[in-house]
Amino acid sequence: MADDLQVDIVTPDGRVFQGQASGVRAPGIEGSFEVLSHHAPMISAFGIGPLVVKTQNAHEFADIRDNRIVFATSGGFLEVINNQVTVLAETVELPSEIDVERAEEAEERARRRIEEGVQGEDRERAEKALERARNRVRVSMGQVGRG
Amino acid sequence: MPNLRDIRSRIDSVENTKQVTRAMKLVAAAKLRKAQERIFNTRPYAYKIAEITNHLKEELDPTAHPFFQEPEETTGVLMIVLSGDRGLCGAFNSNVFKKAESVIESDYAAIQEQGDLYLLCVGSKGHEHFDKRGYTLVGDYRGVFDDLTFTIARDVVSDAIEGFDQGIWSEVTLVYNEFKNTISQNQIAEPLLPIPEERITTPVMEEEMTPMELPQNGQEIDHIFEPNAARLLDELIPRYLYYQVWRALLESNAAEQGARMVAMDNATSNAEELIEDLTLKYNRARQSAITMEILDITSGAEALENQ
Repeated sequence: MADDLQVDIVTPDGRVFQGQASGVRAPGIEGSFEVLSHHAPMISAFGIGPLVVKTQNAHEFADIRDNRIVFATSGGFLEVINNQVTVLAETVELPSEIDVERAEEAEERARRRIEEGVQGEDRERAEKALERARNRVRVSMGQVGRG
Repeated sequence: MPNLRDIRSRIDSVENTKQVTRAMKLVAAAKLRKAQERIFNTRPYAYKIAEITNHLKEELDPTAHPFFQEPEETTGVLMIVLSGDRGLCGAFNSNVFKKAESVIESDYAAIQEQGDLYLLCVGSKGHEHFDKRGYTLVGDYRGVFDDLTFTIARDVVSDAIEGFDQGIWSEVTLVYNEFKNTISQNQIAEPLLPIPEERITTPVMEEEMTPMELPQNGQEIDHIFEPNAARLLDELIPRYLYYQVWRALLESNAAEQGARMVAMDNATSNAEELIEDLTLKYNRARQSAITMEILDITSGAEALENQ
């Protein structure tokens, strides 16, 4: 498919990606969705999960595999107008940037906290941390973003 | 006839000053590099979040969110003024004070008279300046620029929202120095709350923003909202406010370092000029002292010969 989406991914720490793509998949709050060419205008919030950019023209990214760049993101917003996709992400990480050991440790720590039975806000925080850690481990292992 | 020793000691003291200003310039240059990197990285996100918020706002009724509603009557105003913690940076601080005062005079004179004007000053210089002039200050944000973190933006925004929710003020304005380049800053006053109808764009924004192209056929854009508009607003609005304030803080920080670097550079070259002048004077004085001495000796010798 031709790359006719103009994609711009920014985070508070800077611009991560700017270029053409054929599709963008984001972990929407109500389920993962993919934006393709001629998508209707949309503003959407997304959560923790893989953010996938399908592109033929991003060879400067070492992490590109099967014409896909997979980022691990922890949430943000996405707007589509006129084949332009703007992604405002809180954080994004490429698989090569993820410290797998640290992510696994964080996963373990969060799991232990939940098993200890913490309640209320702490529980929510632990669950979020667990989800983020799992997502990072999965993205770093290349288990997502296929199909 | 100037005393040789006096000139010498003046040269030494100017030399000392020069060394201090040069060191300060180097420190400012190093800080500027870091500050510049931070603001350049933050700008795209801050601009884009403002753009999306604006698109969202355009399609929604003003009643969708309390921060969208223009007040029927301005009950009070909070002005957030960003200055530096230290001086020795040229007109950096006084420019932003002047800007704030001129906005107060032109827009909020009546509010000020009623005593409904509040100032939130980030940076010691602003705090002291406006405190001395009897303004009502909110919060204490002195000495925050040495270790500038996102928490400060959060705190400022929550202070602003608190008073807004309680109805103490119905408008919040942000006044700061925008970092244009090392040698120049723009003084900006922009509305923060309620979220303005038309976004004001600063000179730097105009240059750097790449807004999304809207369809040209004049059709109203009808966005799909996911999950729904209300939830998007809840998530987006606080972030939007944090990042507008955070960006302004970073702009001001970079602008301050730039201004200080230039001011200290000027001071250093002034000191150099002064040293040159004084050295010239010193040499002249020394030469004329020598000439006098020679004259003394030769005329003495001549007097002896003529005897």
